[in-house]
Amino acid sequence: MRWLYTHFGDRIFAFILLLLATGVMALALLMAYELYRGGSPVLHGFGLLGFALDTQWDPVRGKFGAWPYILGTLIVSLSALFLSFFPALATAIFVAEYAPKWLAQIINFLLDLMAAVPSVVYGLWGIFVLAPWLRDKVQLPLYFWASEHAPALLPLLGVPTGYGLMSAILILASMVVPYTAALARDAIALVPKEHREAAYALGATHWEVLRLAILPLARGGILAGAFLALGRAVGETMAVTMVIGNSHKLPYTIFGGAATMPSVIANEFTEAVEDLHLSALIAVGFLLFLVAMLVNFTAAYVLRRQERLVKGAL
Amino acid sequence: MRKRGFIGVLVLLGLTWAQQSVTLVGAGATFPYPLVAKYADAYVRLTGGKVRINYQSIGSGGGIRQFLEQTVHFGASDAPLDDQRMKEIRGRFKTNALNIGYALGAVVPTYNLPGVQEPLRFTGQVLANIFLGKIKTWNDPAIQELNPGVKLPPLPITVVHRSDGSGTTYVWADYLSKVSPEWAQKVGRGTSLAWPVGVGAKGNEGVAGVVRQTPGALGYVELTYAKQNGLAYGAVQNKAGRFVLADLASIKAAANVPLPGDMRVSLTNTAAPEGYPIASFTYLLLYEELSANKAVASEEEARALVQFVNWILTEGQRYNESLNYGALSPVAQQRALALLSRVTYKGKSIGKEIVNR
Amino acid sequence: MNREEGIVLKRRYRVERLMKALVAFGTLLAFLVLLLVLVYALVQGVGALNPDFFLQDMRPPGERGGGLRQAIVGTLIVDSLGLLIALPFGLAAGILLAEYPDHPINPYLRLLSDTLNGMPAILFGLLAFVLVVKPMGGFSGLSGAFALGFLMIPILARSTEGVLSLVPKEIREAGLALGLPRWRVILSLVLPAARSGLITGTLLAFARAAGEAAPLLFTAFGNPFLELNPFKPMDTLPLRLFNFAISPYEDWHRQAWAAGLVLFALIALTSLLARWASRRF
Repeated sequence: MRWLYTHFGDRIFAFILLLLATGVMALALLMAYELYRGGSPVLHGFGLLGFALDTQWDPVRGKFGAWPYILGTLIVSLSALFLSFFPALATAIFVAEYAPKWLAQIINFLLDLMAAVPSVVYGLWGIFVLAPWLRDKVQLPLYFWASEHAPALLPLLGVPTGYGLMSAILILASMVVPYTAALARDAIALVPKEHREAAYALGATHWEVLRLAILPLARGGILAGAFLALGRAVGETMAVTMVIGNSHKLPYTIFGGAATMPSVIANEFTEAVEDLHLSALIAVGFLLFLVAMLVNFTAAYVLRRQERLVKGAL
Repeated sequence: MRKRGFIGVLVLLGLTWAQQSVTLVGAGATFPYPLVAKYADAYVRLTGGKVRINYQSIGSGGGIRQFLEQTVHFGASDAPLDDQRMKEIRGRFKTNALNIGYALGAVVPTYNLPGVQEPLRFTGQVLANIFLGKIKTWNDPAIQELNPGVKLPPLPITVVHRSDGSGTTYVWADYLSKVSPEWAQKVGRGTSLAWPVGVGAKGNEGVAGVVRQTPGALGYVELTYAKQNGLAYGAVQNKAGRFVLADLASIKAAANVPLPGDMRVSLTNTAAPEGYPIASFTYLLLYEELSANKAVASEEEARALVQFVNWILTEGQRYNESLNYGALSPVAQQRALALLSRVTYKGKSIGKEIVNR
Repeated sequence: MNREEGIVLKRRYRVERLMKALVAFGTLLAFLVLLLVLVYALVQGVGALNPDFFLQDMRPPGERGGGLRQAIVGTLIVDSLGLLIALPFGLAAGILLAEYPDHPINPYLRLLSDTLNGMPAILFGLLAFVLVVKPMGGFSGLSGAFALGFLMIPILARSTEGVLSLVPKEIREAGLALGLPRWRVILSLVLPAARSGLITGTLLAFARAAGEAAPLLFTAFGNPFLELNPFKPMDTLPLRLFNFAISPYEDWHRQAWAAGLVLFALIALTSLLARWASRRF
């Protein structure tokens, strides 16, 4: 009886855990498999590269190329990352180094909040506040100025609608701040205090301590945070769909509409009539899966190297 | 095998839970959404909550897709199913699809031009050129020529089109294809298109929303959406050469053409001299043999569905005009009821039974 | 100190002040949009909130009034069901990773769970469409719950692992020394010791999923009526907010803001509850 209770119980318990955990792993593999299988008519028909690099997305003629969406995703997420990086880094430095404890707590709370605000709420604000403001106060004046003084710029600017790349990038930039900021903050806090003290002992100012002793060691964490933010930006769907203007006509312009991989899935998935169209959308999902995986693996790799670096420095 | 058993148990649980009321799920066109939502609202009151209609306006493309996927009781589309798809359905499900027209609508070019009061006039050619990206600003001579006396601003034209598969798009593109060879050759007709220019918005709601928010925008929406939101819309030159503004009279005039028995007909650019050139029936899609549709779970549901459609085609018609949709003419109504009476469930001709009651 | 050194020192101090200002400015910039969004949601949302908003279903387009009862109830049902689906898997994976560190599948489990964690939410919707909607033959609240559940699993796994690894190993050793089997030690000693953290993690996963609209687009589908049967399509707040926001109707815009505020309050409340739980238990 006792043997049953301990030995057998442990076996059963571990088995149940294993079974459920296998479910988790199966979920990830199933996602990859189902996306591949659903997209395979298109992926086989056009080839993975052919599909990814073709610029034509024409449901009427049954031609599907994902390049406009890949390009849109790259432009939007990289620009958003670039825009958000310095504010996020500043926030991390401010929290970890300058802010008094009470203020740091508030900022940490706000960072959590920022990550928790649903993306549809950002999108709502984008539609009713940001897009009209950008159009009236930024895009139209610029457009009129350019049409008088520098008509060469017009094709680059595009039609000032408010809905387009510019709005999407700005919204997305403010949404991914907490991911970079949180990891950068933790990385800065993890830097061994001996480094800090050594730098102070040499008579360095606070900024010099940061620049010479802390930021170099925290570099990996900051970078990992940036990659994590990039991962979020790549996959963000609703807020982007609501303000990006949903046009896949290349070339993209700064003010004009564009589209990303998640936005085209959100827009067309329930509505695709032809099987090939649906398959193309799932294939876009498969590409998105690959991109997200690549970005996240890079982040994990950078973070692991950082951890080793800090340990080595001790 | 286990998976199927599990789902079976879930379905049984769901069935016991759902005994009190029938919910009919429909999906499709955003074009008649205000109307169908009104029908649903009135019908749930009429039946005292026994029959509820859940209609999601995901676009005609979606309506056709979900109809084929059999995730819905009925689909809705502004474009009737084409021959190829009718054949596909016959092959796959061993039954016919019915395209039951229940209202007439018009697609109007709607725009947002601050300071311009009187409705602008457009020709099909000009609209095609704008949507091809060849006309870029509002004060373009081609537009000015049609509208002498209107002071057109130098604003750039923001073309707004649908980002989802749409019957409204189909009707619009069908019209442009008929009047512009270049459009027909470069873009063509379909529920989703490769748009040469513009920004995309989801649904008639979305296009109207963007036009409303954007000075200089030009989009195309169902008449109701323009009316309900106080958006300006233009008159379009018809085949007879007249500039016609969309209203109930001109839509009905456009529909005054010989009607085939299966109601699948294009009403764009018809020869009617008083007719608005971009009009269309909007259709409910049903399977002739309802048990072929996986979404229809029981005879009770099948009956509720036929009763609802029957109600739309008769008493429900009175809601059409207050929402700016054309009601069916007596001839069209007869055709629609004749189609509905073909509906069967497991061989029982419940359509005939309900229509003739 | 000679003069040149003094100049250098002054410059270094100036740089110090400048950088401090820059850092503060950057921090402000980082929160600018968040604060604006909150202010707008509060101002626009509060004006649109009334008892009807919680007690009535939505009205047909273009008609004024009505509420979003069906979406609020739907969000709670779909999200709770999703949590029920996710909990056993998330907890098990977390326990396996934390309590059986040498288990041979752990590296793969961690890798795949992290992969899931980084996946865009919309892909979980695609997966639920293929795995649940298609076999079941229709959209339903349940398929939405699966989509949200899939999304919560890796979040729960990660938070569980993190929380369990914080439990002092003396607790485990004490239990084992008393002759308890490992499974009793985990269930009766380790998990209770970590309960505040577990509750916090669960609530945060719940809050995260409550705001998601993308995975529900082609699963929960939406419904203008109150629906309590999870086998039927259901409405959820984020989905309804999205539909209302892109619509042209002013009354729907008003309600979209209110929905944003309610959604936000729901999430803030859950987060606060999580904080409270982590202190209370």
